[in-house]
Amino acid sequence: MGTHNHHHDYNFSEQFQFAGIAKVLSLVAIVVGIAAIAFGLLSSDHIMVERTYANLLLMGYYFTCVCAAGAFFVALQLVTQSAWSAGLIRIPQAMASILPIASIILLVIVALGLTTHNLYHHWHAEGLTDPNSPNYDKLVAGKAAFLNVPGFLIRQILFMGSYSIFAFILAKLSYNEDLAGGLTSYKKSFKLSAIFLVIFGFTTPIWSFDTIMSLEAHWFSTMFGWYNFAAMWVSGLAAITVILILVKKAGYMSWVNENHLHDLGKLMFGFSIFWTYVWFAQFMLIYYSNIPEETVYFYKRWEPEYKPWFWINIVINFVAPLLVLVDRDAKRKENIMLIVAIVLLCGHWLDYYIMVMPGTVESHRGFGFIEIGTAIGFVGIFTFLVLSKLSKHPLVPKNHPFLDESLHHQI
Amino acid sequence: MSNTKYILGSFADPDDMMHGIDKLQANNISIYDCFTPMPIHGIEAKLGVRPSRLPIAAFIFGALGTVLGFSLLFYTMSYDWPMNIGGKPSMPLPNFVPVTFEVTILLCALGMVATFFFRNHLFPGRAPRVMDLRATDDRFIIAIDAQENTDHTLIDGLLKEAGAVEVKYNERKYVSYE
Repeated sequence: MGTHNHHHDYNFSEQFQFAGIAKVLSLVAIVVGIAAIAFGLLSSDHIMVERTYANLLLMGYYFTCVCAAGAFFVALQLVTQSAWSAGLIRIPQAMASILPIASIILLVIVALGLTTHNLYHHWHAEGLTDPNSPNYDKLVAGKAAFLNVPGFLIRQILFMGSYSIFAFILAKLSYNEDLAGGLTSYKKSFKLSAIFLVIFGFTTPIWSFDTIMSLEAHWFSTMFGWYNFAAMWVSGLAAITVILILVKKAGYMSWVNENHLHDLGKLMFGFSIFWTYVWFAQFMLIYYSNIPEETVYFYKRWEPEYKPWFWINIVINFVAPLLVLVDRDAKRKENIMLIVAIVLLCGHWLDYYIMVMPGTVESHRGFGFIEIGTAIGFVGIFTFLVLSKLSKHPLVPKNHPFLDESLHHQI
Repeated sequence: MSNTKYILGSFADPDDMMHGIDKLQANNISIYDCFTPMPIHGIEAKLGVRPSRLPIAAFIFGALGTVLGFSLLFYTMSYDWPMNIGGKPSMPLPNFVPVTFEVTILLCALGMVATFFFRNHLFPGRAPRVMDLRATDDRFIIAIDAQENTDHTLIDGLLKEAGAVEVKYNERKYVSYE
């Protein structure tokens, strides 16, 4: 007993053609990125080199986070047995399947930054943990059981390695489902997703403690992991939305309509508020208790060179989505959603900027060719890899058990 | 003509009911309302139901909550008896955010429930009014105002043609649960 006519005329073998302007632009962006990074790294000024490393860490982490959010999205839809997303799941799947590449890039960045002392010098420097050294730092020495070079690198490899393996297998199973049909792949991915989500949930906070929080190793916040998770999830959703709308505008995926967009809009809206919630919870507890070793984090960010950006961060990532996306109709319009998603992606770049820079280049922060060029380069490589992946498989998992429900999704 | 106030077409299948709506509309017969035991996608658009105004009530109650929550904090913590807590100013805005936020949510939620109950006459002790009891169980009902649409034989024919299992001519608008 259905309420709909089950006839449809979508072309489910439709495949994305990655060519033309998208390909040219992403390759140009990669060249710009390489130029900016080379310009910074080859500079004789060590501050410039450090600034480039900070930007590489920022964008490498951002890139990995967005791809990990793609894997999280896929796993979440499988575990909740969601139907609405079946028609657009190939986009987060493409993001998830390039997570191994993103992870390797980030791993190279942190390993090089660590060994060249351009990153993490708050806890990795000569004599910090040696009581007889003039550089002895009691706080860092106390954390050395966790925060040491081998432990740090092993955790990076373990965490990103496990996310990558799950992301790769989940995408692979879905591609197999296209060929074989049946429920075998779906059931297998359901189980794998449940395991993945548990691992992911427990390890991403630790991963962000390692990668970003340890830049200022004297400071700590247990909210930091959730704060980073929120940023990762919002920027991942924004990336999915941007790719979806641009692919749709190019004439593909006619089965995805304003109802699916509306759901993505609700997620972006809700998790922007969640991001603000955790951001504020971290800020307010530190403000309230007023303990010097905690307030130092915000003290640094309230120095004149960071303070305007500190507030702009809240405006872009909270006020903008709140005011624009609160309206039902706004969430159903492609152009409004596209603009909000791009604003959020820029906003979370700024969010990461404020996390990374005061712990690395401090007052020597800049906003110029290195920052913009590195960001453009990573956007280029992300676009290139995701769209190449997207073009290799049909744009819809035609044997997905809930596909029909997704096609008739209405809210 | 007759004392019939409403004509109810009772369908066993939602597809048939949707089909019936199309048929009636094609013959310029205005539909008073439809009653179904489950949500049916696309029925609001088909019947031209205006979007709910509940969000407006939610906004007003939320704004009221913000004002009340903030006023309470301001009056007790900053105005009537300014308190020095941890050396903070007597009006520490970040500390006021959680309570203001919670009161906003509380009033918004309670106000929305109250508005919904009020609009649907669902206060305690009130017997709910329904036009057809089986619409809460297994039937899909189209209600037509019999005074506005006078050609009852045409309506009857259209409903049965669409697959109505029963057509009722009710002289009272509501049957009560009592």
